[in-house]
Amino acid sequence: MYHFGVTLSFFMEFVMVPIKPRISVEYAENATIVTFTDEKILEERDIQALQESIMSVIEQADHLNMILDFCNVSFLSSAVLGLLIRISKKVYERQGQLKLCKINPKIYEIFKITRLTNIFDIYPDLKSAAESLSASD
Amino acid sequence: MASKTPNNCSVVLESKPAAVAGVCEQLLSKLKSCNFSRKDIFAVHLALEEAFINAVRHGNKMDPSKQIKIDYSISNDKIEISVADEGSGFKPNSVPDPRCGENIYKTDGRGLFLISSYMDVVDFNKAGNCIHMVRFVQKLKSTDKTKRNG
Repeated sequence: MYHFGVTLSFFMEFVMVPIKPRISVEYAENATIVTFTDEKILEERDIQALQESIMSVIEQADHLNMILDFCNVSFLSSAVLGLLIRISKKVYERQGQLKLCKINPKIYEIFKITRLTNIFDIYPDLKSAAESLSASD
Repeated sequence: MASKTPNNCSVVLESKPAAVAGVCEQLLSKLKSCNFSRKDIFAVHLALEEAFINAVRHGNKMDPSKQIKIDYSISNDKIEISVADEGSGFKPNSVPDPRCGENIYKTDGRGLFLISSYMDVVDFNKAGNCIHMVRFVQKLKSTDKTKRNG
């Protein structure tokens, strides 16, 4: 029994890897701020997990203004651009607004090249993103 | 000054998106040690990830029994990469421009465009199941070096 308990304990310790949250969520006065915590957003399963997390945040609110904070992101794949489009559609379906902020220059270049700067509102910092929401309310 | 010996590698990977991580890390590490700029490294990283995902998803149709071959060669002035899948190939000219019209609102279809934007040469074999990409080292004029931000 003791041996089984030790073996089980070891096994559980071995498999119980802490799951790093992929986003942090903060509720400000006029917006929900979602910060990506991963430096690189590449793998399909990670993007799927992000989608589930963010859609869950959107669905919990009747009217949602959302700011996506990219301060930690140094690399992303084109699949993330697709995710952002899905998010924006969902936010707008719920009569909300979506703003992006703190995108580093290399990532911004991807948005620019794909002309997604024409469909996303991108700001250098949280303050200006939040102010843009207040201005349009 | 003698030319540096090209740094070559050839690997075969399984058809899973995460399978490229190891060779990608190895390649980027070599580029850093060969003094490629951060801009070049970013570009190559993006192109390789996108090419691999395309090979997995569109080439091999997510079939785990199929494989993907990556070859790369690093020299003083350029990096060449080939990514070959076991699919039946496609016609690169048939891929719509993701920037145009309603395509901009689509959630996919940007991978090949990004590869073409970040690599200096992009071509395919006749079958359309092998992409060949080249990025030349971004050479700076001496007056521009102070403005370099990598």
